[in-house]
Amino acid sequence: MKNIVIITLCVLASTLGVAQDKNKKLNFEVEGKCEMCKMRIEKAALGVSGVKYASWDIPTHQLALIIDERKTDPMKIKTALVAVGHDTKELKATEEAYDKVHPCCKYRDDDTDDSDKHKK
Amino acid sequence: MKKYICLTGILFANMAFLLAQDKVEGMIMEANSENEHIGLAGANVYWLNSQLGTITKSDGTFAIPFNEEYDKLVISFVGFKSDTLTINKPQMVHHWLEPENQLDEVVVTKQREAVEKTFFAAQNVVTVNSAELLKAACCNLSESFETNPAIDVNFNDALTGTKQIEMLGLTSPYLLITQENIPMVRGASQTFGLTFTPGTWVESIQITKGAGSVINGYESISGQINTELVKPLTDEPLFINGYGNLNGRLEMNAHINQKVSDKLQTGIYLHGNRRDLKVNNNNDGFLDTPLANQINIMNRWQYQNPEKGWVSFFNVRFLNDEKQVGESEFNPSTDKFTTNAWGSEIDTRRFDSAIKLGYVFPELPFQSFGFQASYSNHQQESYYGFNVYDIVHESIYSNLIFNSIIGNTQHKFKTGLTFAYDGYEELVNTQDFERVDRSVGSFFEYSYDDLEKVSLTAGIRLDAHNRLGTFITPRFHLRYTPWERASLRGSFGLGRRAANIFAENQRMFASSRNIQLLGNGGDIYGFDAEKALNYGFSFLQGFNLFDRPGDFSVDFYRTDFDNQIVVDWEDPRTIVFSNLEGKSYANSLQIELNQEIVSNLDLRMAYKFYDVKTSYQTGLLQKPLQARHRYFANLGYETNVKENGAQWRFDYTYNLLGEQRLPNTSTNPPNLQLGDFADGYSLMNAQITKVFSKKFEIYVGGENLTNFRQFNPILGAEDPFGTNFDTTIIYGPIMGRMLYTGFRFKS
Repeated sequence: MKNIVIITLCVLASTLGVAQDKNKKLNFEVEGKCEMCKMRIEKAALGVSGVKYASWDIPTHQLALIIDERKTDPMKIKTALVAVGHDTKELKATEEAYDKVHPCCKYRDDDTDDSDKHKK
Repeated sequence: MKKYICLTGILFANMAFLLAQDKVEGMIMEANSENEHIGLAGANVYWLNSQLGTITKSDGTFAIPFNEEYDKLVISFVGFKSDTLTINKPQMVHHWLEPENQLDEVVVTKQREAVEKTFFAAQNVVTVNSAELLKAACCNLSESFETNPAIDVNFNDALTGTKQIEMLGLTSPYLLITQENIPMVRGASQTFGLTFTPGTWVESIQITKGAGSVINGYESISGQINTELVKPLTDEPLFINGYGNLNGRLEMNAHINQKVSDKLQTGIYLHGNRRDLKVNNNNDGFLDTPLANQINIMNRWQYQNPEKGWVSFFNVRFLNDEKQVGESEFNPSTDKFTTNAWGSEIDTRRFDSAIKLGYVFPELPFQSFGFQASYSNHQQESYYGFNVYDIVHESIYSNLIFNSIIGNTQHKFKTGLTFAYDGYEELVNTQDFERVDRSVGSFFEYSYDDLEKVSLTAGIRLDAHNRLGTFITPRFHLRYTPWERASLRGSFGLGRRAANIFAENQRMFASSRNIQLLGNGGDIYGFDAEKALNYGFSFLQGFNLFDRPGDFSVDFYRTDFDNQIVVDWEDPRTIVFSNLEGKSYANSLQIELNQEIVSNLDLRMAYKFYDVKTSYQTGLLQKPLQARHRYFANLGYETNVKENGAQWRFDYTYNLLGEQRLPNTSTNPPNLQLGDFADGYSLMNAQITKVFSKKFEIYVGGENLTNFRQFNPILGAEDPFGTNFDTTIIYGPIMGRMLYTGFRFKS
């Protein structure tokens, strides 16, 4: 009985130790180049349950996020991003996933923004 | 004791791992001198150059699938040095991370707003930016739409030179015209209100076709026009514009913007225009365009504190506008209310004030509060011959909006409350009309965007109005992208309004027509409120032709009136107001093509078809004084901007109007009968701007270059006090060719 109390306290202490922010702001780099990439990246990020806000900046390649930490974590989001073909620092998209991005979005060859030429 | 339990936990994890051969499991800990097991929660564990990754749990443990393709396991965490371990087989990993001072993932403090994407918005919105507004140099908001086919500019009457705008075949009372989202041109200012916003004050205009949003009220029926004014923070510190035309109109605009502190800016905007020259080119004894004098002064304050998330605006505006129209020999001091000469004076004084307060939650860029409140007092004193029309309109409007999301930013909502008060006092000849309208409403608007193919906006509002009753206003907009660079939109929405029959139809006072009100005892001048349903669809396709961008759009909208205050001009002796009995609808079709022909040369072409019919006293008839077919073309050319800002800009606009049905004049004497239709005609405007530097530019231009004039615009002009006098049947310009010039100075 005493052990159960201690275990419970142990678990509680460990969860309390890590503040789980409902609206945690994050920023990390995601590879991509244009408006179409932006849409794909933001859509993939928002598709992860717990991601409230996602905005990818074309020039800096930074993805700004607001997430509910109780529901998701950065690695889950990165997994979703590589699944649609966009590399992150940690995870890289498979060739199959990368092949599926639109030909104009092949950022691995050339990552300059050429949205003007193919506005969607 | 506690330590033992934790260690036991790790041992169990070990055992579990031994059973599952396809995983790498373990625990990531914070390095410390005592080698204690301090689990690191939220550390990244991933295979290098793979799509496999995970995050450690709250106790620092993790499990990641093992794949023979990868052998480098990376462990990283904010504030710690990353480590890469070589791992060739599923195994247990126990790893301590060394702290580091350098941050890896930065917490963001500021967010930028997303760019507006017209291809993606659910509503059919056209934004007219400042570059487009410069194409029509003169003079006020009513003339800002000349280069835009979404809006038709018509002539209001033969005397005041006022232009009336129409969208989807319906006149401006059926549009909600707002200034920075506060309803503006309505009630007493319906006829002349657009001329009270000087063109240089306008930063941009958003034109929404169809029902529009529920946020700004229930009054819009065929569309919404919102005007954003220049802002002290972004406008030039000093701007001066002068304009003059050969018909004697002079205009002066000055903007002075001053920084008060880092967060507070103020601006003073002055406008004056006058015409002292009497112009009577068609020799009918009447001025072709009024003698005018307007002073318009606005002061704006803008407060911005991005760290705290506050934005605020405070505006005050005072306007004095005087017009004199009528026979050229008319002298108000001696001829007013006499039969010496027919004349009219329209004097307007208006005071506006508005406050806006916006708060964006600094940590949550998608969540905000907005509050706006405005007060205006509009006084018009006027007479048209022996007809007297005075109106005082006092208006209070306030709106509170809360914006946020449901789950994530793909699901947004806006909700809030509206309060509105309108007090009217009118004198129509000898009769007084007094009315107070009060309403309180609440609204909720949900919008969904899948960021790719579909977006929609669904809004509903509930209003309680002392005259219109308690009612629900639904509005719905849907956008679908069937293929690349295309956008298919649909919308429907209800709208209601109290028609201000005298203010909206003021031109009737400049005629010998008898005013008949065939009311049914309703609450507004004896009439019921107007109510209509608007629905439509549009299709937009962008393309590249010979490597040059272009777009094609087609839209169709229909407005069906449930009730309308029908204004019947079909008997030349009377003007009859009645509730709608029978049908009233407006169908509108627009086809538009935009194409860059060569570098810097843009062509815009449009065809518009209107089928607007109403049941009048004499049956279902096409709306008078409206062309069923309209063609529009605009050609713009700009040279490349030189380093010092120097540039040439050329702009040309062509309008072809088809025949227009005229109100019935068959009971007039033969020489005053106009026939059933007025022939079509075309109009041309052109402008050349020479930009000398970023600071100075001059422009010259011409309106109505083909010099087309309506023949005999004033019926019975030779006997203005007789029974046949009528200045209301206007289908074309009164003024012929008009040349103008002006300059803009910025610093």
